[in-house]
Amino acid sequence: MRGEEVREKLFMLLALLATLFGIVILAFLLAFTFYEALPWLDWQFLTSPPSRFPERAGIYPSLVGSVMAIALVGVFSVPLGVGAAIYLEEYARRSRIAKLIEINISNLAAVPSIVYGLLGLGLFVSTLHLRPGIVLVGALTLTLLILPIIIVAAQEALRSVPDSLREASIGLGATRWQTVRNVVLPSAMPGILTGVILALSRAIGETAPLIMIGAATSIFTPPKSIFSTYSPLPMQIFMWTDMPKEEFLHGLAPAGIIVLLAVMLSMNAFAVYLRNRYARKLRR
Amino acid sequence: MRAQRARERAIHVLLFISALLTVGVTLGIILTLFADTVTFFRNVSPIEFFTGTKWSPTIKPYSYGVLPLVAGTIMVTVGAGAIAIPVGLLSAIYLSEYASERTRSILKPMLEILAGIPTVVYGFFAFAYITPFLKGLFPDISAYNVLSASVVVGIMIIPIVASISEDALRAVPRSLREAGYALGARKVRVIWSIVVPSALSGIVASFILGISRAIGETMAVTIAAGRTPRLVNPLNPADWLKPIETMTAAMVEIGLSDVSGHSIAYKSLFAIGFTLFLMTMALNTVSYYIKMRFREVYR
Repeated sequence: MRGEEVREKLFMLLALLATLFGIVILAFLLAFTFYEALPWLDWQFLTSPPSRFPERAGIYPSLVGSVMAIALVGVFSVPLGVGAAIYLEEYARRSRIAKLIEINISNLAAVPSIVYGLLGLGLFVSTLHLRPGIVLVGALTLTLLILPIIIVAAQEALRSVPDSLREASIGLGATRWQTVRNVVLPSAMPGILTGVILALSRAIGETAPLIMIGAATSIFTPPKSIFSTYSPLPMQIFMWTDMPKEEFLHGLAPAGIIVLLAVMLSMNAFAVYLRNRYARKLRR
Repeated sequence: MRAQRARERAIHVLLFISALLTVGVTLGIILTLFADTVTFFRNVSPIEFFTGTKWSPTIKPYSYGVLPLVAGTIMVTVGAGAIAIPVGLLSAIYLSEYASERTRSILKPMLEILAGIPTVVYGFFAFAYITPFLKGLFPDISAYNVLSASVVVGIMIIPIVASISEDALRAVPRSLREAGYALGARKVRVIWSIVVPSALSGIVASFILGISRAIGETMAVTIAAGRTPRLVNPLNPADWLKPIETMTAAMVEIGLSDVSGHSIAYKSLFAIGFTLFLMTMALNTVSYYIKMRFREVYR
């Protein structure tokens, strides 16, 4: 009987260790990265262009480019994604075409991101003849990539709005769109925004699709407009892992990673803040 | 009133168009990939592509055998699966059967962070820290190798396996567990003989989805496993310590080179992309149907 009790406890311990496995390894790796990044993270690093000389190199142009592209992704993806979600949740509930679109969205979420890069290349560069590697093409490609994520998140937010609100509005004689615009959307907005920010924070870390559309490996001036070529921040980090000099791998790359993660983390924190504020409001 | 009805109609159409756009994206992917893949196969026979054992699209003598890339992809995927499947399943069991609501609400978001780290960062981790660490265990490991790429890709897909498996485990009704306890079984026995088998379709679906993610993973394997297309033998332990090239890494390599839009090398990008797309699409469809079946059981 004792032996069995020990076995019971051991299995629980094993399951707990498995849960902690990835988290602990990641914590260690991040600690190493932060330790190596620390001496390189300074004002000069944030405000300088890349350089062959590690002590003079920085990320300013790629940081500006990445932020520009992500802002543009937001402009494109929010109306499209939220529009699609409103159609699926408020207009076409349970119709056959809605189910088809739904299956299609879950399939799209599983397409490797590098394939979206090929789509961007074929669609925007070969067909629409936009210049490869410009901010606009990068943003359009990332928009297609995160559209399914935004639609699913927005659908969940819309679904959490109670039907009684819709019925009350319809009962007062409002049309469907008036109901959506004045009643459903305001209550779902914080949830939608949370999903959008999380999707955007994923988009800012994407590299592979941007390589496909010809994003530059190094750019020395920040993009002036959406038609300038740019070197996304993760691309700059990728280049630094590939340089022969030791300082690039064990100095500049970690510093770039910490900046990238800091940007992503603050976006995530903002999303969590929105979610909490929303939860409090609902309880009231 | 009429104006309002027209407006309602217009908005309906507009919203429908944005939903339809997702179907357009799928069609766009298929058409884009298909068109250039067809041109590629006009120049290189599909037989050479699918059975050739040498991949050299940019260096003469050109040869376009995809098998070395497929072998590399399979190795990374198998390695990543060997880590993520047991660890993910055990995590799911812990979160659904042992953890208190409070512990779960802390651990689950922490686990999800693993999937949110950009893949270029995982590539850096593997190349800069994990390979040097593995050198202590295996002195003849190369700077680029399959093993450390597999480790980081495995860590990256743990949350996918854990989260979908956990949903499946939690969907198993309490009454089934209680029946097990009533028969005098202990917790471990109940988990392995009742809960896990009942949730099996959801668990299998999570494995397939995780594997499909590993196949399409790009930056981590490009940085960590290298860009050396070699036909490897997954059963040979020494091959795990050597550099390879996956399908996605080969695409990155062509993407970074300045091959022209009319060259066969450029078209081969789409042929690999199409193969990759079909592979992940097939896996996703299988996983979807397995999951659908499991959903109906307890309704």
